[in-house]
Amino acid sequence: MGGLFAGYTGAPGRYDEMCAAPGQVRGHWSHLATALNALGAAELQRCRDDAWRQIRDNDVTFNIYGDPRGMGRPWELDLIPLLIGSEEWQVIEAGLMQRAELLNLVLKDVYGPRQLLNQGLLPPELVYGHPGFLRPCAGLPQATGRELLFYAADLVRGADGRLKVLGDRAQAPSGAGYALENRMVVSRVLPSLFRDSHVHRLANYFRAVRAALNHLSPRPEEEANIVLLTPGPANEAYFEHAYLASYLGYTLVQGGDLLVRDGRVWLGTLEGLRPVDVILRRMDDNYCDPVELREDSCLGVPGLVNAVRCGRVAVANALGSGWLESPALLPFLPRLSRHLLGEDLRLASVPTWWCGEKRGLSHVLANLERLVIKPVYRGGGLRMQFGGDLGALQRAELERCIRARPHLYVGQEAQAMSSAPVLAERGVAPRAAVMRSFLVADEHQYHAMPGGLTRVSAAEDQHSVTTQSGGVSKDTWVLATEPERHSSLWLESRQARHVFNSSDELPGRVADNLYWVGRYAERAEFTSRLLRLALRFLMTGEDENATCLECLLQALDQLAPPLTVVPSGAAAQAREHQLLRLISEDDRPGALAQTLNALLSSARSVRDRLSGDTWRVITELGEQLRSLQRLEAAQLLDALDEMDNLVQAFSAFSGLIQENMTRGRGWLFLDMGRRIERAILTTRLLRALLTPPAARGEEETLLESMLSALDSLMSYRRRYRQGARADNLLELIVSDERNPRSLAYQLSRLEKRVGALPREQDKGIRSELVRLTLEAATLVRLADVGRLAEVSPESGRREVLEPFLNALGDRLPALSEALTAAYFRAAETPQQLVRSRARG
Amino acid sequence: MRYQITHTTRYTYDVPVSTCHNIGRLRPRPTPQQTCNNSHLIIDPPPAVCHEWQDIYGNNLDFFSIQQAHSALTVTARSEVDVSPPGALLHGAFPMPWEQVRDYLQGDSADVQALAARQFALESEFVEFSGAAGDYGAECFVEGRALLSAVEDLMRRIHRDFTYDPDFSEIATPLEEVLAHRKGVCQDFAHLAIACLRMRGLAARYVSGYLETIPPQGQERLTGCDASHAWFSVYVPYQGWVDFDPTNDQLPADRHITAAWGRDYADTAPLKGVLFGGGSQHELEVAVDVLRI
Repeated sequence: MGGLFAGYTGAPGRYDEMCAAPGQVRGHWSHLATALNALGAAELQRCRDDAWRQIRDNDVTFNIYGDPRGMGRPWELDLIPLLIGSEEWQVIEAGLMQRAELLNLVLKDVYGPRQLLNQGLLPPELVYGHPGFLRPCAGLPQATGRELLFYAADLVRGADGRLKVLGDRAQAPSGAGYALENRMVVSRVLPSLFRDSHVHRLANYFRAVRAALNHLSPRPEEEANIVLLTPGPANEAYFEHAYLASYLGYTLVQGGDLLVRDGRVWLGTLEGLRPVDVILRRMDDNYCDPVELREDSCLGVPGLVNAVRCGRVAVANALGSGWLESPALLPFLPRLSRHLLGEDLRLASVPTWWCGEKRGLSHVLANLERLVIKPVYRGGGLRMQFGGDLGALQRAELERCIRARPHLYVGQEAQAMSSAPVLAERGVAPRAAVMRSFLVADEHQYHAMPGGLTRVSAAEDQHSVTTQSGGVSKDTWVLATEPERHSSLWLESRQARHVFNSSDELPGRVADNLYWVGRYAERAEFTSRLLRLALRFLMTGEDENATCLECLLQALDQLAPPLTVVPSGAAAQAREHQLLRLISEDDRPGALAQTLNALLSSARSVRDRLSGDTWRVITELGEQLRSLQRLEAAQLLDALDEMDNLVQAFSAFSGLIQENMTRGRGWLFLDMGRRIERAILTTRLLRALLTPPAARGEEETLLESMLSALDSLMSYRRRYRQGARADNLLELIVSDERNPRSLAYQLSRLEKRVGALPREQDKGIRSELVRLTLEAATLVRLADVGRLAEVSPESGRREVLEPFLNALGDRLPALSEALTAAYFRAAETPQQLVRSRARG
Repeated sequence: MRYQITHTTRYTYDVPVSTCHNIGRLRPRPTPQQTCNNSHLIIDPPPAVCHEWQDIYGNNLDFFSIQQAHSALTVTARSEVDVSPPGALLHGAFPMPWEQVRDYLQGDSADVQALAARQFALESEFVEFSGAAGDYGAECFVEGRALLSAVEDLMRRIHRDFTYDPDFSEIATPLEEVLAHRKGVCQDFAHLAIACLRMRGLAARYVSGYLETIPPQGQERLTGCDASHAWFSVYVPYQGWVDFDPTNDQLPADRHITAAWGRDYADTAPLKGVLFGGGSQHELEVAVDVLRI
């Protein structure tokens, strides 16, 4: 074999997925290898760029914990899929299904009759000593079918070529959404290769997911209301939560969006409370209810466990299922399988010893250097350690920890994982691979996703593969013997209709974030325009412009007070410095970078509400933010280009919002945010630039630059055909309802939006919000621009304009406050009841 | 002996609470020595939702939600309980040395009861294993000593070495601190004894309950009778659980009424919950009245 794979030999001492021996491609890989070779390195590079662009455009991300820059790290995908032949898949599938059935029975038993403990088949410490065994969940009603609705297994292939289970995922397995996204990208960039390879499709799996969740509903006679519960944007797999919520058509919620009332769970929306029947949980069970589970959790829903206990809501996976992930279970599975299923375990685990048993403990301590020591639970501050990597001191310390609490540790054989080819800098290189398979249970049986999420190590010699530690992912192709019909999730039109009904259910938190997306987007655009102007003044460096620049800088500062103003007459260098800070400081309120950051963070919390194209612009803004943050004083003038780009990106953003977003409640709040922000900023700008009138000659330049900053210079010239004058400008910017940049325009829009709000209709009495909007709009409508422009001969100030702008400047923030109080005000934060101790 | 128990808990808040979800362990559980004929909660303001069940230890639990704004919450539990003294389990009757008890409990031949008791040999939230707690009981657990004699000695020592001081400790005062100052309340003494036992591989659980308020003529008033009381229980193979009260230095007979048991205080808290609103100032008053009838 030559070309791309020339010299590819796999990794020494490992099974290679593609090559049986150097140069000898396994049968089920030959089509792929030939096809990739035929494409050639250059074409593959193009495909790779294409894939990378798609991932970036869709902002497929993964958050790395403990790294300040780890938020929103782009997902990494290697184009060469991992292939599994159809015959082997049948064996794996049967093994996975059996394992899922087995774990389901174990789960049902330990939270039910606990026969396995009474019969001595499971040691008490393995169950009771595991922090994931949640006592309040014992005796909760169990589903008629399977309690373990979702199950995932991490599979590795040892040197002997056999696939083994490295670990089980039973809590809220993540990765199915990433697997789907990988498939979308790969099938799009390598369409003919994908078509000709007869790959099993993934849609059936997700159809089974929908059916399974529907089936769980405690009200089977009605259409189930299903939500996807996420811990929030800081979670490592938040992208996936939002992605799956959109794909499956469920409302994405955080704990604070849900509440328990009358013994059941409700989603708080702007229209009122909506009942929730099924919660697809992507939050660890321990955090789900501060009443009965972790009391310090701020993420959960107080009272949830009792709602489950009373059979009023179903949670998938069942609360308490995290315990099943304990690797201490692995050595017991063969015996449990024979006991519970009457069958031998088909899919072996990587050999594992639990230190809670004397034999296990002595084996682990005697073989520490060739074992991986794992804590039996994740997230307790204990880390996985490779015995062979430890120095004498570390080793002694580990031994001490194990002896002190042996039931909290297992030793697992360090696996020589199989290698799979990845596209490297030059040609193709081998990397250790782990495959995660996903299963879902319907009322009859488990269904395995034909495929999965393969992750490969970042470096050839690395022996653990996790996405947290920089792993790369691969699509996983299960090859069919014959082509499969293309199918999508949405076969039944009835379901699709239901989704559109529920999509307008807007939790207050989502409305709040959309409102701030609108405000921050407007603020960022406005600031970019002013900065662009300031940079232009700075570049020309003419004296006449220097004054204007100073006025602008002061105006910029006043847009988001309180900030320190560089005293006028300061050196040019100081001005440059000030400009730079206004652009790139991300902890300075009002600075462009800070505003963009705030915009991105609000947008991330509602990413399931923004279309793909809109999201692409948001991603683009993220890129630009990064380049702004890198800006140094010497390159200040480059910033001019950046400002141009930004203004353009925001035009695209506004266009998309205006043209592509459904005029639902979400749009309503986003648009209100824009209008209020634009009105506030325009008012502040007018006050900064016009109330102390500039010297003659300079005023005209200043007015012109202001018109140009507000993108209204053309309209001005066309209408007035004369140099800039304050009265004309005020007419155009304050009173002209046809100018989309005017105050009158913003306020008339706001009046319309406020009138359309769910709680403002059919009300006899005007709410605070309506009253404030009306006041502000009336102030602007009744304004006499001639008088506003007058300069008092005594004080030299515009004495009519000033109080007018002040009045407006008071009303607008109050209006925003009233909106927040009426619609977004977070429900009170829950707190723990003080407990009385036994004082006796 | 029949008792009527009234346990009243009253919370007052500086800002109204809009909603609260609570769990009470206020209805006394059944035990081999005790039956509860009648027990009910009076909750003010009245809850919108109430649900009763038994937890994993067999304790009686009540979940209730109040959905109307309130500035005070009163929960009163009224119960009638019959208590009979345990059969006198004399040390002579159970001479098994503590090491043998440990080995039986942790060994492969443990019976179902022993297997179930083993969860009470593990660390728990309020009973962390530490060197100090391990050292404390060393003199009681000399080689070959009968289990019950060792535990009784441990109880005596705690009673002798520690000062009962309701102002010293709080709910979460760590054992290390209790040990360092030799002060605490019943809850701390029970936790300490439990730690000493568990660190030696024995199973011990925490018992919360009540004491008779007014003693019968000629008998002294016990410490801790005007609030909820706590003591500990140790697992004895083939016999079951035997209670010890280190606060009063006695083996509970028919003047101790069990409310609930578990690994430690966290499993038995009489009332806990989550509330919305309520401001930051909460006042808590507890009154317990136990009458012989």
